[in-house]
Amino acid sequence: MSKKSFRQAINEALRQEMRRDPRVVLMGEDVAGGCLAPGEDDAWGGPLGVTKGLLAEFGRERILDTPITESAFIGAAAGAAATGLRPVAELMFVDFMGVCFDQIFNQAAKFRYMFGGKATTPLTIRTMYGGGFRAASQHSQCLYPIFTHIPGLKVVIPSSPYEAKGLLIQSIRDDDPVIFFEHKAMYDLEEEVPDEPYTIPFGEANLTREGDDVTIVAIGRMVSFANQVADALEGEGISCTVIDPRTTSPLDRDTILESVAETGRLVVVDEAHPRCNMATDISALVAQEAFDSLRAPIRMVTAPHAPVPFSAALEDLYLPSPAKIEVAVRAVMAHKAKELA
Amino acid sequence: MAAITPITMPKFGLAMTEGKVASWAIPEGTRIAQGDELADIETTKITNAYESPVAGVLRRHVAAEQVDLPVGALIAVVADEAVLDTEIDAFVARFQAEFAEKQSAAVVEAAPEPQKVAAGGWTIRYLAMGDPGSDPGGPVVLIHGFGGDLNSWLFTQPVLAERHRAIALDLPGHGGSSKNVGSGDLETLAQALVDFLAALEIPKAHLVGHSLGGAIALYVALHHPAHVASLTLIAPAGFGGEIDGAFIDGFIAANRRKPMQEVLEKLFANPALVSRDMIEDVLKFKRLDGAVPALAAIAAANFGGGRQAQLPRDRLGEIAVPAQVIWGAEDRIIPAGHARGLPPNVPVYVLPGAGHMPHMEKAAEVNRLIAALLPG
Repeated sequence: MSKKSFRQAINEALRQEMRRDPRVVLMGEDVAGGCLAPGEDDAWGGPLGVTKGLLAEFGRERILDTPITESAFIGAAAGAAATGLRPVAELMFVDFMGVCFDQIFNQAAKFRYMFGGKATTPLTIRTMYGGGFRAASQHSQCLYPIFTHIPGLKVVIPSSPYEAKGLLIQSIRDDDPVIFFEHKAMYDLEEEVPDEPYTIPFGEANLTREGDDVTIVAIGRMVSFANQVADALEGEGISCTVIDPRTTSPLDRDTILESVAETGRLVVVDEAHPRCNMATDISALVAQEAFDSLRAPIRMVTAPHAPVPFSAALEDLYLPSPAKIEVAVRAVMAHKAKELA
Repeated sequence: MAAITPITMPKFGLAMTEGKVASWAIPEGTRIAQGDELADIETTKITNAYESPVAGVLRRHVAAEQVDLPVGALIAVVADEAVLDTEIDAFVARFQAEFAEKQSAAVVEAAPEPQKVAAGGWTIRYLAMGDPGSDPGGPVVLIHGFGGDLNSWLFTQPVLAERHRAIALDLPGHGGSSKNVGSGDLETLAQALVDFLAALEIPKAHLVGHSLGGAIALYVALHHPAHVASLTLIAPAGFGGEIDGAFIDGFIAANRRKPMQEVLEKLFANPALVSRDMIEDVLKFKRLDGAVPALAAIAAANFGGGRQAQLPRDRLGEIAVPAQVIWGAEDRIIPAGHARGLPPNVPVYVLPGAGHMPHMEKAAEVNRLIAALLPG
């Protein structure tokens, strides 16, 4: 046990799984870096240094730098997974999914179904998402709702270094294609992470706070924001449950519904654009399955329906924040339910 | 000027950075003896009665109930009646100013960190506290039970370490130690303990074992008597056939918070002691590669079919060193009745209001009993 950053936790998960299982290989743009130029080995270790140091231990046979052609290497990774390897492919920014859509949605996600269960596709795609990095509209999106929409894919969004290590090892050991989302503003966050390998199962939400008044469901980086709000409001006598679903596919519906049955109030926090995102999905679930428990209208805290702005001032206004979550929690607390005669 | 003693927020366990006075047990102005219960101190992990380290009059509650304070913060003042209120005011003001300065300068006393050592075929994680030179007769070694780890001794180890060297370890299969447990039987686990003592160059130790750790301690005392200076066995396994097999099976099977909470509540006379953090820590341990198979192997070897397989108790009479047995009267895992009919040289202390974890529920009494068996 020692303090590790989100970046170190992911690196350690990759390293330990590569040691454990020779079928695990890494591929992607600059996962080693240096384009094989003399003296340039491991120049990058990924665009933000997450895979740095792995080349020295595992060599070019298992750390595969690819050309800038996502369609080719994501497709190659899907094929390698179907034929016996357990590749971890890095789609540098999830915003680039457009150029390898077919390989993920029509190929990897469908193999198990189309081949009648005879094919497995133990493919993990690591990808960066999220705003706050001043990287503008083509490098800042939260596109996990699109992957969540597709049957056959598992979608994992860790909220802390501890969660990242356990969920990534689980992803690599899983026999289905997994899209693993890393928020680029979280790489330097630190917490206690065990040195040993461990797994966190999919489809089991984590309750990071437990309270009686409001259920806050938050995704990825938003979990820490929700925790801050829960801690701040506790002093005022407003007690919040914070649910981190960990995986949006599969989604732990039961934990969300049980909590709303207890609190009667729901705030969903999702950094993605507001239409057809996790906030709307979870709100619809609760509206349909727990309507009679609700004591106030559901509130969603999301980004607006607009591309992520490049202006730093505008981007700060654009993103969900603890202040916006607090406003939503106060709103559901203040709502006066109509008394039924 | 008569002595004024500050009472400060204690530190229970490695992770505690702050705590709060859940409730004061004694009003201001009461004369207290050393060891009187002052307050319930609540942390995110557990609530524990805090006893006065000194005698005197509890002159001032400095900490309000239910307010979070950092470890080391002033919570109360003890002084004789002769001390003027104005002197106490001045003392509190001075303490608070110095404490604030210390906090801002981040001069925090370095807490001891767990270490790892290669022992036999295992890597064993352990936490050593207290002065290495303080115990020529050998240190105290604390051995947790099934599913526990070195943090099980959070209320015991720091207290013993005030006067002795106290070492808590993670057994194989547990905490941060290797998850390889071989057959998982007492002989294997006892060998790991002997190898651990050898790795730390400890020729002889005072063994304190809880539950499965108690059976291991007794096994070592029987088979490697040269290594053992005394024995304190707390709710030990190996004293009778009965054990709550549903607890063992449930502990191995539970992988979510709610079922794990139900299992852990069986450990305590007061189930409210089971906190979120306690549950989360157990779940985190069980997620480690190899942890659940190790627990299953140990359970099968020692508690298969809901019965205890090995009963070293039958040879308790052969123990030549000082030994004692402590049990919680309300133990729902291993009945306290197992302590009946022991040889006369082994005193038995059955503590009311405690379940299977008397060293957590009645920490002060258990600490006193352990200390009484140690030299000095």
